[in-house]
Amino acid sequence: MSEPILECSHIWRTFKLHSGSRLLRHRIKDTLTSGNKKSFVALRDITFSLDEGESLAIVGRNGAGKSTLLSVICGLANPDRGTVRVRGRIAPLLQLAAGFHGDLTGRENLFLNAALMGFSEKETRANQEQIIDFAGISDFIDEPLRNYSSGMTMRLAFSIAINVEPDILIVDEVLAVGDESFTKKCLTRIHEIRNAGHTFICVSHSPATLRMLCDRALWLDSGELMMEGSIKSVLDAYHLFMTQAPVEAATPGR
Amino acid sequence: MAWHGDVKFLYKQLILKDFKIRYRNMSLGVLWSLLNPLVMMGVLTFIFTRIFPSHQPHFPLMVLCGIIPFNFFSVAWVSGTTSVMMNAPLIKRVAVPREVLPISTVLSNVPHLLIQLALLMVMALAYGSRPGLDWLWLIVVWILEIAFVCGLSLIFAGLNVFVQDTRYFVESANTVLFWMVPIFYPFSAIPPRYAGIYEINPVAAIVLAMQNILLQNHAPSLVLVFKLALVSTFTIAVGHLIFRSMQRNFYQHL
Repeated sequence: MSEPILECSHIWRTFKLHSGSRLLRHRIKDTLTSGNKKSFVALRDITFSLDEGESLAIVGRNGAGKSTLLSVICGLANPDRGTVRVRGRIAPLLQLAAGFHGDLTGRENLFLNAALMGFSEKETRANQEQIIDFAGISDFIDEPLRNYSSGMTMRLAFSIAINVEPDILIVDEVLAVGDESFTKKCLTRIHEIRNAGHTFICVSHSPATLRMLCDRALWLDSGELMMEGSIKSVLDAYHLFMTQAPVEAATPGR
Repeated sequence: MAWHGDVKFLYKQLILKDFKIRYRNMSLGVLWSLLNPLVMMGVLTFIFTRIFPSHQPHFPLMVLCGIIPFNFFSVAWVSGTTSVMMNAPLIKRVAVPREVLPISTVLSNVPHLLIQLALLMVMALAYGSRPGLDWLWLIVVWILEIAFVCGLSLIFAGLNVFVQDTRYFVESANTVLFWMVPIFYPFSAIPPRYAGIYEINPVAAIVLAMQNILLQNHAPSLVLVFKLALVSTFTIAVGHLIFRSMQRNFYQHL
């Protein structure tokens, strides 16, 4: 057995509530009246590992901790306790267009976004035509991004991330962005990436997509790992839970 | 942090982005870089030759030697301070090294600075200064000055995430600084007991060095350059340490 490509052990992540205020007087007040700060546990003691080539689905209600777990895996947020070990390069597809700017052209945004995702200039130059082709926007690539439709913007962002070869590809509920033919193209590409032996993590509320793309699943609820196992067993249990559970107000997600 | 990208490519793209966005929305483009210091020079020259005559030789050139470093410093410091807040979506979604944001923001003001320095050199020639080897000192003092602003921006960009009033403090500090830098009065007018303090202030130090090189045609004193080097190295080292310790909590506060 080789070492797992991703290893999370005993991860805890807590958010302090009321830390939204950034004004000086609130800071001073907070410091003077220390104590009774409310906190919110987003992840409780999460342990799992992923071998190279596996594909993992993460399911759970809104506010269950899915996005927090992804941000910890990607190194965006540090866990309070526990460790994350990753071997290789992660391509996170969380809110794709984060680095895009409307005044830049599609091509300029492509270069900026590729640099942010960690690609070198050489890789970006070599892949740019393929990326533009995949997005299907070659006629508009030198137009400013603000003239793009939202669908075109998302297609460009998705193409950048999906047309490089990450060791771990993470997709957070973004397959719903394009029209049917683009979604199909993306699914085909994800299959290719998987068949090439790359690891894949997907968060989605669509059981059909997950069944198609993943072979393992994690189920989170209120920051706790409820169940881990084959995609079928976890999705069946989760489905049963969701049909029986009363509709509650979800805790706020981050 | 799990980011193994090409930092040079990333800096290049971020600086290009700022530069393009700034100039693409101006019909006069680069001319604005020249217009602003020239207008300031005109106003100050009018006041200090017609209203409060100062009898300084080459008064307009002296003003430019002060106003260009001051403008660079104040704009770079404010934009560096707000850089992390402004790029909150990036911080939350991409694992790029965080110090890239304040540093690239400061550096994106450098093209602007180079245009103004070219203007200044042309003015110096017009006033009869002769270019010599001493002009090479400009490169040394400017590298030290830019390093100083980078260090300062690291500290204040980090603080600004936790206390938003930081930005207003920086703006007020710049207003005070305008009067504390020998822009429209000569360094020789400063009483000796304050002169030492002026030389420790890196903005006053670079103004003095600029006046030495372009106005008086001699190299800046080694003591001055040494003090500037000392303050710059100290600031960038402290800035780096402080930023490092603060960035852990950026994710939660943005």
